[in-house]
Amino acid sequence: MVRLRIDPATAYAIFFVLFLYVPVLLIPLFSFNDSTVATFPMKGFTLNGYRGMAADASLINALKNSLMVGIGVSIVSTALGLLAAMGATRYAMPGKSPVMGTIMLPLVVPSLILAIALLVILRQVFDIPLTLWTVAAGHVLVCVPFSMLVLMSRLEGFDKGLEEASNDLGENAWMTFWRVTFPIALPGIIASLLMCFTISFDEFVMAFFLSGTDQTLPVFLYSQLRFPQRLPPTLALGSSILAVSVVIVLVSEWLRRFGVQSNKPGAF
Amino acid sequence: MTQGDNIISIQSVSKHFGPVKAVDDTSFNIKRGEFFSLLGPSGCGKTTLLRILAGFELPTSGEVTIDGQPMSTVPPHARPTNMVFQSYAIFPHLNVRENIAYGLRKRRLGKAETARIVEQALELIKMPGYGERRSDQLSGGQRQRVALARALVCQPKVLLLDEPLGALDKKLREEMQIELRQIQRTVGITFVFVTHDQEEALTLSDRIAVMSRGKVLQIDHSTRLYEAPNCREVAEFIGTMNILPGTIGEVSHGRANVAAGTHGAFEARTDGSAPRPGTPVLIAIRPEKLQMSWERPGLSVNSLAGKVGAVAYFGDRSHFYVDVEGCEKPLAVALQNGERRLDGSDLVGKPVWLSWEPDSAVLLPA
Amino acid sequence: MAVAEPGQRLGWTASGDQWNRWLRRHEWARGYLLMSPTILVMLAMLVAPIVALVVMSFWTQHVLEIDRTPTLANYWHLIEPAGPDDETAYWLGIPFPFKRAVYIVLLLKSILMSFTATVAVILLAYPMAYFLAFRVKQHKMIWLMAITLPFWTSYLLRVFAWKLMLGFGGVINSGLMKLGLIDQPLEFLLYNPIAVVITLAHAWVAFAILPIYVSLEKIDRSLLEAASDLGDRAITRFFRVTLPLSAPGVIASSLLVFIPTVGDYVTPTLVGGPTGIMIGNSIQSLFGKMNEIPLGSALSLVMMLSVTLIVCLFLWAVGYRKMQRSIA
Repeated sequence: MVRLRIDPATAYAIFFVLFLYVPVLLIPLFSFNDSTVATFPMKGFTLNGYRGMAADASLINALKNSLMVGIGVSIVSTALGLLAAMGATRYAMPGKSPVMGTIMLPLVVPSLILAIALLVILRQVFDIPLTLWTVAAGHVLVCVPFSMLVLMSRLEGFDKGLEEASNDLGENAWMTFWRVTFPIALPGIIASLLMCFTISFDEFVMAFFLSGTDQTLPVFLYSQLRFPQRLPPTLALGSSILAVSVVIVLVSEWLRRFGVQSNKPGAF
Repeated sequence: MTQGDNIISIQSVSKHFGPVKAVDDTSFNIKRGEFFSLLGPSGCGKTTLLRILAGFELPTSGEVTIDGQPMSTVPPHARPTNMVFQSYAIFPHLNVRENIAYGLRKRRLGKAETARIVEQALELIKMPGYGERRSDQLSGGQRQRVALARALVCQPKVLLLDEPLGALDKKLREEMQIELRQIQRTVGITFVFVTHDQEEALTLSDRIAVMSRGKVLQIDHSTRLYEAPNCREVAEFIGTMNILPGTIGEVSHGRANVAAGTHGAFEARTDGSAPRPGTPVLIAIRPEKLQMSWERPGLSVNSLAGKVGAVAYFGDRSHFYVDVEGCEKPLAVALQNGERRLDGSDLVGKPVWLSWEPDSAVLLPA
Repeated sequence: MAVAEPGQRLGWTASGDQWNRWLRRHEWARGYLLMSPTILVMLAMLVAPIVALVVMSFWTQHVLEIDRTPTLANYWHLIEPAGPDDETAYWLGIPFPFKRAVYIVLLLKSILMSFTATVAVILLAYPMAYFLAFRVKQHKMIWLMAITLPFWTSYLLRVFAWKLMLGFGGVINSGLMKLGLIDQPLEFLLYNPIAVVITLAHAWVAFAILPIYVSLEKIDRSLLEAASDLGDRAITRFFRVTLPLSAPGVIASSLLVFIPTVGDYVTPTLVGGPTGIMIGNSIQSLFGKMNEIPLGSALSLVMMLSVTLIVCLFLWAVGYRKMQRSIA
């Protein structure tokens, strides 16, 4: 008799993946359900949720805001992350660890605390009105450490001798950056851009505290969660946001690992 | 350009990394067109000195002059030197052609001229047709050649090589040594070559500077370094050297009588200035200059008695390690294996006599 | 270089020359110069706001105006002992004799909930990380990506998904009713501390796997072979070699989960209900509709300091520094 034996470790891995994915997959699943409540048994298949979503002008506006903030934040954070990563991987500096520790702080400090601290200095100290700019500032704060980590792993992999060689062959620091460092770090830079974009695009707490009248997509989504009758378009919106993140993360992860593993940036 | 023979002049250069003196008050000159090696164990400061020449490190004190120009304010990209890196530092995002042409950008030569120079360089390193290869498609030896070509097309006044053969296997390394020497003769550029491999330095170089703990111990031609080292450290770093402690006795006609404890007195030639009687010295003899016999040899040569402690077989020759009273280490004797003997271990424990010509030994300061 | 003319070589203006030379001599200065934009931005947007928060916590709110006289009133407000007329508050049967015990109870409750979630995360993540490090031979990258992918998707949506799962008319209740296992929806699923802990564990587990996985992957396989060779069975070997060597990863993961979750706001708001609220909700309402910004600042700082203290005690208790040194 053939007995199908599953190794307990594999069984656990399967359980784990289910635990991780099933709750999240409910959102896209019920977004096609022809009902205003997310309950079993499911009713018929419909795209009404998506139609409702596309017809919502304030949603489109929030999407536009999120795209603007996301693109701006990813460029600024990646530039700042690249500078920090280059400094950290190239130079021996006294006091490097406390400086790096401070830059990494937003990784562990609850974003609520970061948000209210920014809120205090913006509103109480400088009396700056809350706009998309303040949201973007908050997002840069959260994105820089991620960007720096991604780029550091990329830059650590490459020989310091390459930059010296370029210098030795007659190029100054600026041209060496453009002819050697930048092309080699490019996969990491693209990965960082994409990663920062997703973080900003998905971020809720900062945006919730720091936005004025202009909402970003997650803040808009949050405002919709309170209304049960708007569940179908909200689920459709949630599914779309998930899909965007998944695609971007897959591309950026692929780029990052591709770069680190084979070290063949000649393809770019 | 009336700098005479010397292209590089190093004047009291020191480089300190915190408390560590990587280069310690060093001065010497390198002649135009010569193949000059910096030889020493790892950590002796040879690479730091090379990087000071390239401009990657600034000396803590002292000055480097290249072709009459003081270098202290000149950054690496403006120096008339180019370097072949230990790791080769081939740009991974560029192909061979683009790597070689990297340093030509600033000359604004135009496409055709650049292509011609690159083609010529590929000929020189015997890699025509490899222009489109990427760095990961090259073997270690090929990368080394590309690094060499890339530096040479810049027409430096001095080419700096940082252990360029270190990463290659023994056979390839020997081939590359010959090729490197040929290329140096063809292009006529001064080469400054850093290595820890004494054999490599001896075969390749016109002159060698032996370094230890940040200081240059001796600068000389290969044969003089081997036959006439100026101190125990050089003698023991280059090849094997047997050392017998003694005291100078009578000195006359370029010969000194050296008393060596229970072994009596030996005669030795004094190179250069005669040492004063009573000074402690070391008698240094190369293994191949020692003879070994069962019986006591005649009085015209120096001799002493010992006992064979161990035998090391090297194929073409064997080293016999002879324990001698008063010596901290056994003396090594190299003998050619002129006839087939399948086992030399039966000699272990036998008493033997060692002897050498007075001219074969070198007297070193104790 | 070889082609540059002597005049061109320097390429520096006379005034800039000394500065350049100084920079070339001092590696640290070049490093800091390069990092300066990032450092300045972080100073302006991270350090300055936190300083402002600290300063604010020593001021007081008077209806619509802020009184800028430095005082410890806000901190006193949080820990003022109960007077004889005040009713003593109880949590888990323990009396809290404070005038406004709600803040301290809420802080302790948040720490306890976070701690439970952290333990759950480690228990869930460790076997998975072990599986990834030791069992998966092919397509490791695909596995890793599949495991970490959820962390990069919207936190808000992942939390919302649990609301769909656990709700009164949610997936679990309607599913169980459809299967005929229950007649009435189970009310205890949503809007309580357990729902918050489950949701937090689910939200952070993907992130927690990475440090554990890295520490397991780093273990020299010959050490395991050596343990077996010296007579350990698989289980003994795990407890004597694998687990101690992966401890730094476990500790890193615990901190990466524990520290941010104590101050979480989204999860308790969406799935916590009245009994499942955490300190973050309290801080939010002090900054929001209650308009008690100085008190809110003080409360956030007390929370951060408590968390820091707990983390330091924890690291000291497990001897983290010694561990790191001996393994590295």
